[in-house]
Parts: sequence; C-alpha cells; structure tokens
Amino acid sequence: MHADPKGVLTGVHFLDGDHACCEGTLAAGARFSAGYPITPSTEVVERFAWRIPTVGGIFIQMEDELAASITIQGAVWGGAKAFTVTSGPGFSLMMEHIGYAAMTETPCVFVNVQRGGPSTGLPTLPAQADMMQARWGSHGDYGIIALCPNSPQECFDLTIQGFNLAEEFRVPVMMMLDECVGHMTEKVVIPEADQIEITPRRFTTQTPQEFRLFEPKADEVPDMVKAGDGYRFHVTGLTHDDRGYPSMNVETQDRSVRRLQDKLKPLANGRALCETEFLEDADVVVVSYGITSRVAQRALQMARQQGIRAGKFRIISAWPFPEQRIRELAGRVKAFVVPELNLGQMVHEVERASAGRAKVIPVSHAGGSVHQPETILKAIVEAAR
Amino acid sequence: MNDVTIDRATLEIPPGMPLDSVNPVEPFLRMDRMPHIWCPACGIGTTVNCFTRALIDSKKNLDKVAIVSGIGCTGRVAGYMRLDSFHTTHGRAIPFATGLKLSNPELDVVVYSGDGDLFAIGGNHFIHAARRNMDIKVICVNNLTYAMTGGQTAPTTPGKVISATSPYGVFEPAFNLVALAEAAGAAYVARWTTYHVKQLSRSMEEVLNRKGFCFIEVLSPCPTLYQRRNKMGDGLDAMKFYKQVSKIRHGARTSECDLSRDGEIVVGKFVDRDRPDYFELLKAQMTETLGDRYAVPEVGCCSEG
Repeated sequence: MHADPKGVLTGVHFLDGDHACCEGTLAAGARFSAGYPITPSTEVVERFAWRIPTVGGIFIQMEDELAASITIQGAVWGGAKAFTVTSGPGFSLMMEHIGYAAMTETPCVFVNVQRGGPSTGLPTLPAQADMMQARWGSHGDYGIIALCPNSPQECFDLTIQGFNLAEEFRVPVMMMLDECVGHMTEKVVIPEADQIEITPRRFTTQTPQEFRLFEPKADEVPDMVKAGDGYRFHVTGLTHDDRGYPSMNVETQDRSVRRLQDKLKPLANGRALCETEFLEDADVVVVSYGITSRVAQRALQMARQQGIRAGKFRIISAWPFPEQRIRELAGRVKAFVVPELNLGQMVHEVERASAGRAKVIPVSHAGGSVHQPETILKAIVEAAR
Repeated sequence: MNDVTIDRATLEIPPGMPLDSVNPVEPFLRMDRMPHIWCPACGIGTTVNCFTRALIDSKKNLDKVAIVSGIGCTGRVAGYMRLDSFHTTHGRAIPFATGLKLSNPELDVVVYSGDGDLFAIGGNHFIHAARRNMDIKVICVNNLTYAMTGGQTAPTTPGKVISATSPYGVFEPAFNLVALAEAAGAAYVARWTTYHVKQLSRSMEEVLNRKGFCFIEVLSPCPTLYQRRNKMGDGLDAMKFYKQVSKIRHGARTSECDLSRDGEIVVGKFVDRDRPDYFELLKAQMTETLGDRYAVPEVGCCSEG
C-alpha cells in the first residue's frame, strides 16, 4: 500500500539526518513515539513532537529510556506503528526491551544516533561502536535488523524501509545513525505519498477461536492482532507456545528461539541491502557503513587514481550480516579493508564470513571524528601489495 | 456470592444446566492454564476473584479491557485472565500500559502487579504516571516481600521483619504506598486487605468506571515465605490478623497510614479527587495552541486502521 499523505512532507528540503529520519517515520506511518532526550539524537523526537499534533498521533516524553522503549511496545499492541530514539547510554538502557520486542515479536523501530563511548563518552561526537550491542546487547539468542544510512536522504528512505521490515518480520529494527549523519544537513527529496510503498501490519483474518498469536505462517512470521478486537490474546516475555502461553521446556525453547533467528535468513542472504562499485575487477574491497563509507569513498577514488583495483562494498543492512555476499567476494578478492569508528566490530563479521580465504584488514578509530581518507588509502595500498 | 448479577450468557452456561453449575469466575479465566502457580493460602487468587467480580459488576465490555502485569507472583495475574493480557518486563507494566492506553484510548487498561515490581524497580514509572494522571488503574498486591524469588526484602517490607536478604531483620524504613500515590498525584487511592473482599471488589469496580490514575493497594498474605520466616502462622492466621488489626477509615490522611509488622492497618478509600487526565490535558493544550490544525489521534494511532 501507499503512504498516508497526512504524514508525507512532499518536496525538496534541506534537512539534517535526524530531521530526515523523523520525516521517514511519519511517511512510514508511525503515529506514536515515546522518547527521552539524549544528544545527539534528540532532534528526531523534537521534530516529531512538533509535527505529530497536526498529523494525528502521540508523542510522549517519558521518564527514562527504559520507559520509552516499552511504552512504544504498548502502543504497537494498541495498533500503532511506533518508535523511540536514543544514543549510546540510552541504548544501553533499552536493551531489556529490545529483547522483549524480539521475544514477543513486536514490530517497532529503535533509532540510535551513535556517539563515542563507553559510558557517557563523547556526547556530541561520532562513533560506530554500538554495532555489536545492536546485535547482541540483550540477553539470550534472538535476531534483529539494523540499517545504516550514510546521508540525510537515506535517513529518510531507510527509516521507511526499517518500518516496513519491522512489520514484515515482526522484529525490532535498529536505525544505526551516527552523530555525523544525524547532524549533517543535505538535500532531502520527499516524494509524493503514492510513490512511497508501505508494508501494512499483517493483521490476522482468522477468528478469535482459530487464531494463535505466535503460530508461524509460511514465511516463519506469525500474524498480528491488536488489543480491543476481541481476540483476548496473551503476550509474555517468557518462553511461550503458539498461543502465547508460557511453556518452559526444552522443546518449546528450541523451536521458538531458533525461529526468532531463522525468520531473518532472507535478509542475511539474497535480500541483504548493500551498495557496491568496481567489484568486477577488484583486488581489494573496502567494506564500510554509515559515515565511514563516505570517507572510504574518497579513499577508493584515490586508490583507483593510483591504479589500484579497489572496490566498494557498503553495508546498508548490517544485521543480519550480509554474509553470503562477503563469502562470495572472499573467494575472488585478495583482501578486505574494513574502516569503522570503533576498535573493531563489523570487521569480525567480515573475517568470519571470509573464513580465511581473503586477508581482512581493520582500520580502527576510537571515535570523536571520522577517519582521514589517507588512513584508509594507506590500508588499501598495503592490502593491494 | 449471591448478590452478584450474573447471567447465562456471561457464564456460557448450557441451557438446562443450573446457574450454579459453573464457577462464576471461570469465564474470566484462562482455564486451559490451570492449575495456577500460587501457593496454598496465597492472597493473589482472592484478589483475582474480587477483580472478576468487579468486572461483572462494572458491566464493562471485556473485549475492551486490557490487563498488564510486570514480573513476580502477582505478575502472573495477566496470564490467567481471559482478557487481552500482557506479561511485560520487571517494573515496566506502567509504561507499557501508558503506550497501550494512548494508542488505543477506547481500552480500559488495568495494571496488576506486585509491590516489588511496582515500587522498587518500577517506582519511577509509578510516580510519573500518577503525576501525568494517566488514565490507567493500578492494582498492587502487596505481600510485603519478593515472593517469586524466595522472600527477599522489598521496599515495602516493615522494620524488624526477617527476610531472605535481611536474616538479622529489616532496618530500612518502608514505603507508605498510599501516601506515595497521593503525593505523586493519583486521582483515586484506596487500600484493602484480602480479608476485605467485598470492599476490595467494590473499589475495583469503582475504578473501572472512573477516569484518571487510580491506585488500589491490597495487602495479601504470603504464608510460604513472609509468614513462615516470621513465625506468623498460616493463611487463616493472616485473615485473623487482618480482621483484628484493620481499621476502616475512609478519607484518612495517607501520611498516617504507615504499616508495621504487627500494628494497625488503616484501610479504606483515602483519595478521590477530580484532576484532568493526560489525554484531556493534551487535547486541551493542542486545541488551544493549534485550533483546527490539531488532528485528534485516531484509535490505534494507525492510519490504516
């Protein structure tokens, strides 16, 4: 279906990434947000608080991130599309409810505008050091989706896609911005509402007698329902059977927890989102994401000018990790160069997927600024030798 | 039992069967989940009985009543009620309920949880929901301990009591929940014990038909952990104790309703005041500043309905 025009600010705008992300939520049909202020993410909900009363929906500023991250899930079960926004320290507090959303298969979106850490770290400066936390931060085994925009335009586009994927797979989706992308102002084109594809919530068509809230359909994803429609359903964070009733035994645990991961397999394989360039003849492939991919682009140009056959693999959907693509590339390139604003996170995934068939060279940076293109270039040059 | 208005349709009694052939509570419970996990003589089941009675008497459309629990013994209540029910995370039932209510204001949202859940790990959410006068009803079963985990000290455990984590006796001052609720802004505050089943049921019915943030504290026995460790007898002894020490004082000053190990328990309805609730305040403010441009949220806040 197409986007509801009420939420779509069609036109050409000059927006920063945070504001563009907010417009993405509105275009995607989000009509509920609960937030707690934290730099450098607050602009997303500030704009939502300003916009939503005339669109029709709710913004509520909660008492902390624990509250914000579960309030949105109450709203989802009430029928809304909902999201919250935070940065590192708040993201840490939200882990409990990322796990709850994964376990209860509650479609919702968490926007994390990453800053330097650990702890309070660098509130106003960029990092990409929450990538592993996004994947593994809550206890137990589960799967999530994480998307990494590298421009305000993508903050808009991918946020819509994030909401669509949340509905399709019934998972929490992490929008992994960083301070630079969040605060960078660029042209953002917002199309007409009828040019924007929206994935509606897949509400069940079964009767309350037939319906089972966690019964997987052909795509391994169960149908949804909302409170007040007579289904008298039960949702719990305990290990549960198809009815949603607690069922704490080895068989149910195995079946349900495996499914929480397995239902996302299409995104790890054929449907992984990425942007590639010069891969046909590449000896060295620069794997990057978010703001670092823009610095890497410059390094790549410089390498090509020097005659080095360097290629680009920009990760857009970081989780599930696009391992099929990296595995294929590993069989025919010499090396991967992986710059990121952390001391080595996604590089471990590249290593894992390439399984020793290509050299993997990290270009780490503790955060606070972006890489110098020359630093990445140096790694490319060394890798090409 | 006989003063409750029940009919065959509500109870799903087959034609020809006598009216008392079905336990009047059964239609409100997920009978396919019985037996429940609660210990013999635990008071939580009594409160559930009172709650189902209140649901009957309130004449609510039960498809529009949602129940939200946190974690703990009382946290299991949601799972046993045949309503739209949510067993959330520890301490977070209130913010979950807040989102549910705001996205779907047609719902009557009841939070049913324990003292440890609502007032230790969830204390911050409680005071803010009361401050906002969020239109949700909070029923706190207060057994004065963390029962699910084995009887540790809670913020409600009275002084001198022995608990699993206070083997030499509790020395921290305890919360006075009704005073806390009033100070934070609750529109309605009452306290009963599981001895006061009629009054409790009436209070529950009253809040189901009342707007605003409503709080009912129910003192409830935990014979297995709290009483046994403190040599306070069994479930029957708890009822005798409640009967003996409870004083009904409607309108009592909540600041004078502290609890102690063996002392008086003041019960009754303490606060019943009109305050505009969160949604009313929101709508008034937006209408004042935005006029016709204000789009009142639709149910489900969801454009596709």
